[in-house]
Amino acid sequence: MKGVCLFFGLHQPLRLRRYRFFDIGNDHYYYDDYTNETILRNVSEKCYLPANKLVLELIRKYKDKFKVSYSLTGVLIEQLETYAPEVLGSFRELAKTGQVEFLAQTYSHSLACMGNKNEFIKQVNKHSQKIEQYFGVKPVSFRNTEMVYSDEIGSWVADMGFSALLTEGAKHILGWRSPDFLYCNNINPRLKVLLRNFQLSDDIAFRFGNRDWSEWPLTTEKYATWLKKRSKDAELINLFVDYETFGEHQKAETGIFKFLEALPGTILKKTDFSFMTPAEVAKKFQPVSAVKVPSPISWADEERDLTAWLGNDLQDAAFNKLYSLTDRVDGCNNESLRKDWEFLQASDHFYYMCTKFFSDGAVHQYFNPYESPYDAFMNYMNVLSDFEIRLDSVCPENIENQEVINMQHKISEIEEELNERETEIRILRARIKSMTVSTTSSSVKTGKTDTRTKPASVKTRTTTKTKRTTSSKRK
Amino acid sequence: MFGWEFPPHISGGLGTASYGLTRGMASIPDIEVLFVVPKAYGDEDESGLKLIGANNVKVAYKKIFYKGETRTFDKIEVKSKIIPYTDPDDFWRMTREEQNKNRLFVEADDQGRIDFTGGYGSSLIQEIDKYAIVASIIADENEFDIIHAHDWLAYPAGIAAKRVSGKPLVIHVHATDFDRSGGNANPVVYNIEKAGMDAADRIITVSNLTRETVTYKYNIDPAKVTTVYNAVEPVGGVYDKYDTKSIDDKVVTFLGRITMQKGPEYFIEAAYRVLKVMKNVRFVMAGSGDMMERMIRRAADLNITDRFHFTGFLKGMDVYWMLRLSDVYIMPSVSEPFGISPLEAMQSSVPVIISKQSGVAEILTHAVKIDFWDIDAMADAIHGILSYPALSKMFIEKGREEVETLKWENSAQNVRNVYLDELN
Repeated sequence: MKGVCLFFGLHQPLRLRRYRFFDIGNDHYYYDDYTNETILRNVSEKCYLPANKLVLELIRKYKDKFKVSYSLTGVLIEQLETYAPEVLGSFRELAKTGQVEFLAQTYSHSLACMGNKNEFIKQVNKHSQKIEQYFGVKPVSFRNTEMVYSDEIGSWVADMGFSALLTEGAKHILGWRSPDFLYCNNINPRLKVLLRNFQLSDDIAFRFGNRDWSEWPLTTEKYATWLKKRSKDAELINLFVDYETFGEHQKAETGIFKFLEALPGTILKKTDFSFMTPAEVAKKFQPVSAVKVPSPISWADEERDLTAWLGNDLQDAAFNKLYSLTDRVDGCNNESLRKDWEFLQASDHFYYMCTKFFSDGAVHQYFNPYESPYDAFMNYMNVLSDFEIRLDSVCPENIENQEVINMQHKISEIEEELNERETEIRILRARIKSMTVSTTSSSVKTGKTDTRTKPASVKTRTTTKTKRTTSSKRK
Repeated sequence: MFGWEFPPHISGGLGTASYGLTRGMASIPDIEVLFVVPKAYGDEDESGLKLIGANNVKVAYKKIFYKGETRTFDKIEVKSKIIPYTDPDDFWRMTREEQNKNRLFVEADDQGRIDFTGGYGSSLIQEIDKYAIVASIIADENEFDIIHAHDWLAYPAGIAAKRVSGKPLVIHVHATDFDRSGGNANPVVYNIEKAGMDAADRIITVSNLTRETVTYKYNIDPAKVTTVYNAVEPVGGVYDKYDTKSIDDKVVTFLGRITMQKGPEYFIEAAYRVLKVMKNVRFVMAGSGDMMERMIRRAADLNITDRFHFTGFLKGMDVYWMLRLSDVYIMPSVSEPFGISPLEAMQSSVPVIISKQSGVAEILTHAVKIDFWDIDAMADAIHGILSYPALSKMFIEKGREEVETLKWENSAQNVRNVYLDELN
């Protein structure tokens, strides 16, 4: 039994609007709704909807022989909710067939794993909940943002209870070994690691429509013979591609949909591979060995490292600034802050600041709404400055300010207590009143006690006030 | 090579560029440069080239071989507007001079030499004409393979030299009158430029922006137009000699002629926006020009004069000092064929903001590029560089690296390729 694991990753960045420094402190809305909506609608119509329709047809046609897996970022799901709910509907339909696995990942397509472990775990949990809410199944497999993986990240994922993880079959970590087997995490062997066969994946994702490619045009027959050639030394072929490959990166005119339509039939007929989801793979196969990844890898660029997002001065400055706010964001329970905080973590923002594209990477330019990395950095930092101002107003930065806030909390607590007591006194007094024989002289007496208690409460209030002034003096 | 200015007697980018290019050529063994300027003062740096001052050439007893273009010049009324580079003093002098120059007088001294001012005075057109006459004599007396004329002032000289010698003419377009005038080219200047371009065998432009202008506005066959970018002389440690600033405030600098071409008004408006939000920043407008008074009034209007400073024309090394004090250099030119000054700023470790309407924007990656009219973007960029240290650090480091790769030797090599292409 040999397996082909077909995985599609989906994501659309939530692009920031042109945020000038005049806006800092004045305007707290950061997103370019028009562009986001336009692009999302466009991609939905060109890719998500037709591709989902096709996959659904294929599943119905091949019954349980055809299986695929998806992962949708939280950022994408939220955008779909607003701009293209019918896409979510079509995914639910796919989910109902039971042949589709949805994977967990970070909620906002973030690199939180590089910034803050707790934030990473929080985001993964949030994403899992969202997926469960939509598709009714709790994810058991995991793929990180941009396939970022290291031994340590893998161990965290294992601790969170996931059984399988998808990452890149990078040459420099594999050496002589083949990606076409199942591996396991180096720290916690219970986590199975599926490695992308980048050769075969990129034949579809990058090279399919390239007329200068020596293998153009790529037919499913040709593709099946390549799989067959591999099958002697392979147990499992992992084909992980962006879903946007279908109709977006590779336009419909290239014949990419026809290719996808014919692929399952040809593979099932011409080879001894069968389609599997990551969860099935993890159950069916035994890992051949642990894969050692001491420093993080990703599926991007020739280097398969993180330099597209982190590493230059701009990216590091922005990234460090962002994650320096983690504790404070955690400290304050403010939903809108939390939301912006998540969106600001999206790896896309750092990708736009990459200076590598000065030398290489038409790919970088293609996805970039900014004219230059400097431009991207300035815009992002302006937004982040505003975010920090908001954060300051909700929960202040330094300890002294924190103390003031704590004092204020205490004062309000005391005041509440006083109010409670006062009402208690009033109730008790009412009781006394009803208990004492109602004569005119006694009612005058109670009137006197009334005036006596009031000054007392005023006195306590003034003491709290002096407390407040001393604390502000200290500041 | 016919030029108009040569260091140290320069007033703008033309002199710097022709000097740099000549120096670059001096490094190529198979090129010898004979550089002609209208007026040689005698204190020029003549290493690697031979400099001829047209004022030192005797013409009285020579047969003057110059015809055809004279009639055009006869009709010329000299108006101040046509002057490409000028400072307020010149401008004042020119506008008050009585002018009636319907005829071409060529005055020679008792030794038969023609006197040139070598500047941009009101007798400019006449000087161009005289220059052409002398050029034909120089062309007759000297041996050379190719003629290279810098900018419209020297085109007639180039044409004359070509007529006499029959050698191919290359003209070097550092700017057109569309750049200098903000779109309304002076017909007289246009005619001279057009005649030069038509007569030229090859045209070198300093950017693709200028190349477009030449092919579209002057209707020139694109095949004979080649872009050769300018470069910048390495300065070594010249900046270290100057003290760094003694105030904590950040300094944002505009350096150049205060004329419409350079977009000074956009700089003021952007400054106003930045000052509304940031306190610890000062703006400096260094230079002089016909818009200076208007700019001072505008700054006063906006009530920002406590933070907005005018220095007047900066001489010689003061330019370096000014750059040394700056935290941001900005060139909001409305139309800039090339623009060497941002490169000098980058050399002195100053982040630069340049307009997209400048030729230099075509080759720089480590600079903020904005539209000259986009005051918001300009203000935003200034704020960004001043507020986020990582950004300015990156600009400084990468900018220095980048500017080091822009060498006059390379430009000279490209010019040589144009020559060879033409000669073979």
